[in-house]
Parts: sequence; structure tokens; C-alpha cells
Amino acid sequence: MANSGQAPEEHHDSDHPSPARYIQIAVILTLITAFEVAIYYVESISKEAFIIIFVGMGIIKFIIVAMFYMHLKFDHRLFTWLLLAGLTLAIFAIVTLGTLFRIFT
Amino acid sequence: MASAVGAIGAAGAAPSESGVWSWITTVDHKRIGVLYGVSAILFFLLGGSEAFLIRMQLASADADLISSGVFSQLFTMHALTMVFLAIMPLGAAFFNFLIPLQIGARDVAFPRLNALSYWLFLFGAILLNSSFVFGGAPDAGWFAYANLTSTTYSPGDSMDFFTLGLLVLGVSSLAAALNFVVTILNMRAPGMTLMRMPVFTWMALIVSFLLVFALPILTVGLVELLLWRFFDMPFFSAEFGGDPLLWQHVFWLFGHPEVYILILPAMGIVSEILPTFSKKPLFGYTAVVFAGVAIAFMGFAVWAHHMFTVGLGPVAIAAFSASTMLIAVPTGIKIFNWIFTLWGGSLDLRTPMLFSLGFVSLFIIGGLSGVMHASPPLDRQQQDTYFIVAHLHYVLFGGSIMGLMAGIYFWFPKLTGRMMGEGLGVIHFWLMFIGMNVTFGPMHLVGIMGMPRRIYTYSEGSGWEFMNQLESVGAIILAIGLIIFAVNIFRSLRSGEVAGDDPWDARTLEWSISSPPPVYNFDAIPVVYSKEPFWDQKHPELAHDKPPADAVAPVAEDPASIHMPNPSYWPIIVAFGASLMAGLVIVNPYLAFIGGAITMMGVYGWIFEPAGPEEHH
Amino acid sequence: MATHSTTAPHTGPLATTTGLDHRKLLMWTFLASECLFFGSLIATFLLFKDASVSGPIPQEVLNIPVTSTSTFVLLTSSLSMVLALAAIQRGDIVSGRVWILATAVLGATFLGFQVFEFKEFIDEGLKPSTNVFGASFFTLTGFHGAHVAVGVIWLMSLFIFSFKSKDGIPASKSLDVELCGLYWHFVDIVWVVIFTVVYLISSLE
Repeated sequence: MANSGQAPEEHHDSDHPSPARYIQIAVILTLITAFEVAIYYVESISKEAFIIIFVGMGIIKFIIVAMFYMHLKFDHRLFTWLLLAGLTLAIFAIVTLGTLFRIFT
Repeated sequence: MASAVGAIGAAGAAPSESGVWSWITTVDHKRIGVLYGVSAILFFLLGGSEAFLIRMQLASADADLISSGVFSQLFTMHALTMVFLAIMPLGAAFFNFLIPLQIGARDVAFPRLNALSYWLFLFGAILLNSSFVFGGAPDAGWFAYANLTSTTYSPGDSMDFFTLGLLVLGVSSLAAALNFVVTILNMRAPGMTLMRMPVFTWMALIVSFLLVFALPILTVGLVELLLWRFFDMPFFSAEFGGDPLLWQHVFWLFGHPEVYILILPAMGIVSEILPTFSKKPLFGYTAVVFAGVAIAFMGFAVWAHHMFTVGLGPVAIAAFSASTMLIAVPTGIKIFNWIFTLWGGSLDLRTPMLFSLGFVSLFIIGGLSGVMHASPPLDRQQQDTYFIVAHLHYVLFGGSIMGLMAGIYFWFPKLTGRMMGEGLGVIHFWLMFIGMNVTFGPMHLVGIMGMPRRIYTYSEGSGWEFMNQLESVGAIILAIGLIIFAVNIFRSLRSGEVAGDDPWDARTLEWSISSPPPVYNFDAIPVVYSKEPFWDQKHPELAHDKPPADAVAPVAEDPASIHMPNPSYWPIIVAFGASLMAGLVIVNPYLAFIGGAITMMGVYGWIFEPAGPEEHH
Repeated sequence: MATHSTTAPHTGPLATTTGLDHRKLLMWTFLASECLFFGSLIATFLLFKDASVSGPIPQEVLNIPVTSTSTFVLLTSSLSMVLALAAIQRGDIVSGRVWILATAVLGATFLGFQVFEFKEFIDEGLKPSTNVFGASFFTLTGFHGAHVAVGVIWLMSLFIFSFKSKDGIPASKSLDVELCGLYWHFVDIVWVVIFTVVYLISSLE
């Protein structure tokens, strides 16, 4: 941590969302979760459709938190690339193992 | 301001002191590199002794020098020691010593985290090896396949030493890798763009990323193994719906990137040495770098070629066979680039160059026998035979160890200020080169003849006697070579020829400073305009990328005003606490809280310790 | 570092090459590594969730209403975390402290839900050793809970040590909170994945 005290100029605080925006985002996240739970009890939806809806909603929540709460939208690209590299490899491992163990059939 | 900083800086000069305490509390990357290097060489000798015993047992048919049980412990610990306690930490030793010097920095980004990595490594290694004393070492092979690791088939504590020792070593490597990633990305000298970095530093960056992404996978596997053994959680028990194959997948999903973690540092070293002793820049710098990146990425997509015989099904086997053949392409690119670097150069066959040429030639053999196994039918034939043992030793001994030896001879003068003896060095090289081929060459043949791996003896008349005898003679040659190496090191330390700053007429920044380097490395942070800044500075008439006409050389700072981070004893306390926690799990999981408490205390002490004098005022 | 050459193409020796803080880069690299850690645990869960030889199976024990509530708690804690950072960056000491404490309390509440849930499952006959679903479920959610616990300790440490000085955590040290925040939000998005995969999808009939 020898060099931790430097470079205050890397903060572009003016770009960061305001607290009001943060609260709006929290409302959106809550609404998505509430929507998920609500349709969970709709019996006419098929299992496949449920999976698509839930995965889609999960991805949206994931992206919103990463972009706004973790500031990736406003921060250096390198951070986004690091997260994407980890995610890509993780998804690759999950999908390949799932295929090898035939869980998707 | 300058005078105030100077006064504080004088107090900050303390890390250059000597004595045991100064080594325990050191945060200097060069000293940590030495600690890593010395420990790794000692563990290399330990692993070598284990291999020597194995070879003596197999020297004749129906031998009973050691029992089958001890034999299993020996080959397991030989592999674990060589992989995790010798080659990886030797790579870490070079990373530590060289990265800051090559990128023109004064230390790594997190000096105390660096010290923590070393102490975790040392304590983890001791934990793993202490199993020899406490009821027997792990004996299920280094890849520890389930079911062999279940409480039924490995009833004692040996596999728990394996799991917990490797978990501690994994944390150590992860911390080191994170540190190197930040150091390389963030602390390069002005002007050193990514595509001007020395190839060794590039390979260090790639290895660090491989560790960052591969280690957590091993961690999960080890945790599952631990929970399976301690709490009967049935991950690998088929009778409860678990699957022993999951362990193999998880292990090799980590294990194949690990192979590249072991070889890429040596590739980086050789990519520095060949140009220096050919008096030519590296041929195809960009290709070598991107081949390294490609190997790293593809390394995550080939793991199941270790598992062609478990019944993956034709589609999976075809896919992994194809990806394995594909990964030979970037590897081949590197080899051609090294050969073209030699082509037309004025070769100077000093010891580092001999070892580098040994690396290239032996790695080609290991690479070729490796790509053979991309073919599933051939792989099935050779699975679990000595052919595989031959292949992996050509890659890891002929490859990694030869490359690392080249690095030791090459950078020893920079580290110590003295040259290593050239005469003994040449003898060492030829003994290693011949011994290596005599030991591992016949294994190809005896493997094709059908001798399985991991058998502790074989019977008279099997037809394997002569080859095994020959291999054991090779092991004796290797042992003599290593004794000469040790003699050479001690003699050179005491009375080696004084090296000077740049004994090899080398090309990268570390040779521009004194040997050994001062604590602060660079009194003036260099400004970089090309891939080989020091060579271009010495030979401006040959330089492609010249500094702009108005460039002014950086002004040296007064050494007294350069403040370096303070020594700290918190890293060793945290490492001790964490390793104690791991060790106590074996005794009683509840006792582990003692280790946890020490770790917590250490972490808080660490956080509130001022890292450097600049944070005092 | 006035002594450094003024003609250097980039900045002085104490500035970083990328312009990014060392610690923040370290944290992001660590989080990238954590993706593989949780990825492997999720892979294990997916392989095993329907592989158990005997029950209970996911559909019998997973309780969506309870977990939805705890998910809401954890999402809200991410909100209080960003509000804490925003307060500290604008120098609002009191709000900073309040939001940090709120985040820790919400995190602890989430852990309370998890303890309750684990106890329920064990009462219903699902122990970690009962079947592979139990083993992979408790390992995955247990490690997530351990990450939340570390985050709560971190937040409480920030909160307590903010009283060491009258200025609390000054804006110049907001990075200390930002790093904790990155970790916290990451643990939150891991939960978003777990809630989707482990709870919503696995409990479908």
C-alpha cells in the first residue's frame, strides 16, 4: 500500500449518480424481485418459460447493480473487462460441466 | 519540502539492515524473492530425494528397498513437492525479484501482502510435509482421485494434510498473483506501454491471471473434499447420487491451467536469455506475447484430455481432442520464434544460454509427446503408463527446471554481485542434460512396452529390467549434477568473480542498475521509449524507437530522500494464524478458532500499522 | 516529487500507470477471481440439485416467501452502502456513519434469515450430509453467508474506527469505504444469481 495516497484526480464524482438516482435504482430492483415472486405463483406458465423469465430478470438485476452500484458505468473500462473475464470463464465452466454431466436434457 | 522528506527518508532506510529479524520482517521484494528461491531449492532437493528413492526401488525387479505403502507416499509427495513447493515458488522467486526491476519500479504494489504470500507458502509447505511425522504422508497420487481419497480408502489424516496444506498454498499463490497483476499493470516506468514490457514480465502477468482464475476452482474442489471427509457431505459418493468424476473435472479444470503456470515462467526466462546471448532482439515479440495469451485462454478449454479413458462420450472426447491439438499452435509459434531468434545471431554459449538451448530442445520433445495424447486412441493406449511419466518430465524437468536453472545462472550476478562459476556451470549443464535424457528417455520405451505408473515393483522377466536400471543410473547422474550446482552456488557466493552491473551485455532495465541492486532499485525512475530500453541506451545507433530529440534524462533522486516501506511483522503473524487454523482443523475443527483469532488480530494489526513513513506526517 | 524530470512522457513515479488506485485494482482482480469460486460452487449445485437418491428434494424444502424477503433485505443493504459512500464523498460524517451501520445491520438481518432457513431445513430432515442436494446447497449458500459475515465485520470495523477521529472517515479516505462497497455489492450480485438459480428455478415443479 506504499502508493495508496495518490491520484485523487481519478474520481469523476460529478459523473456519479445522485442519492435520488440510487433510490430509484433500488425501487427498480425491488420491483423486479417482486415481479419474479408474483409470477412464480402463476400456474399456467411452463417451466421453460419460467427459466427464461427468471434468468432474464436475474441478468437485468446483475447488470444494474454492477453498472450503477459498483460504478462500472462511470469507472475505468479495465474493471469491466476484469469482471467480464471472470464471468466468462465461470459461465464457460458451468455450461461445459453441465453439458458433460447432461443436466440440460 | 525536500529537506523534510529527506529527514523522514533517512529513518526509512532501515530495511537494509541484516540479521534474522530483518529477514522475518522484510517487505523488500528482492529479499522475499531470495526467501522464495532458497526455500524452493531446498524443497526441490527434498522432492528430488523422494524421486531418488523411487528410482532406487525400481532399479531392479522384485526389490524391497521400500514398502508399497511408503512408495505411494513418495510418488505422491514427490509430485506435490515439485509442483507446489519447488517449481511454482521458484517462479514466484523470479517474479518477486525481477518484475519491479524490469518495469522500473521500487517495489511491488503491496509489499506486506507479498511477505504474507511467502510466509503462507512456507507454513503451508511445512504443514503438508509434517504429515510424514503425523501418521503418514498423502498417498493417493498428486491428483488425489476420489474414491481413493474417501475416509474408507484413506482412513488416516494424510488426505487432510493434503487438502489443508494445498488450501493454505492456494491462498498464498492467489495473494501473490493479485499483487503481481496490480504491480505489472500499475507500476510500470513512464513510457513502458504493455507492448514495451519485457517478455518475462508479460509471462508473469499471464501466469498471475491464470492463477487468479484457476486457483478458486481448486479451492472449491479441496473444500468439497474436506467437507466430504469431515462431515460426510456426499459430493463424491455415487451411492448418494454424488459423482467421483466431479473431482476429476474440478481438479483438471484447475490442473491444466496449472501446467501452463508451471511452464510459462520458464518460457519468459528463456525469451530474455536467447536474445541476450544471440545479440539480437527477440524474433516476433508480438507473436510471442500473444501466443502466451492464447495459451492461457485455451488452457481452460482442454482439461478433459486428462480424462479420455473415463467415458466422456464421443462428442466430448472429439471436442477436447480438437482443442488440445489447437493449443499446440501457439506453443509452436513460441518455439519457432526462439529458433528464429537464434538464426543468424552471434551465439555466445555461456551457461545460461546452454540451459536455455536445453530447455528449447527438451521442451520440443515433451511438447511432441504431449500433442500425441491429443489423439484419444493413442492416449487410451498410453494412459497410466510410463510414457506419460516420460512426457510430463520432459515438459516439467526438461522444460520448467531447465528454464529456471537458466534463469538462476543468468540473474545470479544481478542478485549477488558475483558471477556463478562458468566451468562448474558447464559441467552442471551437461550432467543435467545427459542425466535427464538417460532418466526419462527410456521411460517412453518402457511405457510403450506396457509398464504402468505408480507400481512399486515389477517382476523378473517382464522385460523392463534394463530400461529401469538405465533410468536409475540417470537419476544418479542427475544427483551428481545437483551436487555440483550446490557447490557452484556456495563457491560463487564466497569467491565468485565480481560481476559488475551488466556482465552479459543484456537488454532490459534490471541490468542498468548496480549488482546487487540498492534497496530502492532505481534512484531515477527510468523513462522508456522502446522494448529493450537498456540495450537501446547502450547502442542508440541500432535503436528503432529513439527518444524524442528534446528528451531529458530523468534526474537521480538523493537516495536518502527515497522512502521505502517499513518492515513489518504482521505478515508472518497473519500467515502463522491462518496456517495454524488449517493445521488445527485436522486435530479438531473447533480448535481452529484459535488460529482464526490470531489471524484476526494480525489483520487488525496490519490495517492500523502505518505502511510507510510518508503516512506519518 | 518535484525532483522528477518534467519531460517524462507520463506522470511522476508515485502516480500509477493506469491512473487507477492500486487497492481498487486489487479488489476488482480479486472479485474476478471470486467469480470462478462461486461459479464452481454453482456448477456443483446444478450438477447435483436433482441427483439425490433420497429426499428431501429442492421442491420440498425451498421457501420462496422467506427467501424473497431476505433477498429484499440484501438488495436494500446495497442501497444503504452506496448512500454511505455518497455521504462520505461529500463530507457528511453523520450520514456516512448511519448508512454504514444500516448496511451492517441489514447484512446481519440477512444472516439471521439464513440461520433461520438452515434450521428449518434441518428440522425438515435436510442436513448437509443427507443427500447431494443438501451438500451442494449448504456449501454454496454457506460460503455466500460467510462472505456476508466478513462484509458485516468489515462494515462494523469501518463504523467503530470512524469514531477514532472527530472527522469520522474523511472524504480523502472514501476509498476505504468504496472498496468495502465493491465487495458488498459483489456479494449482493452473487446472491442475485443464487436467488435465481438455487431458489426460483430449482423449486419449480
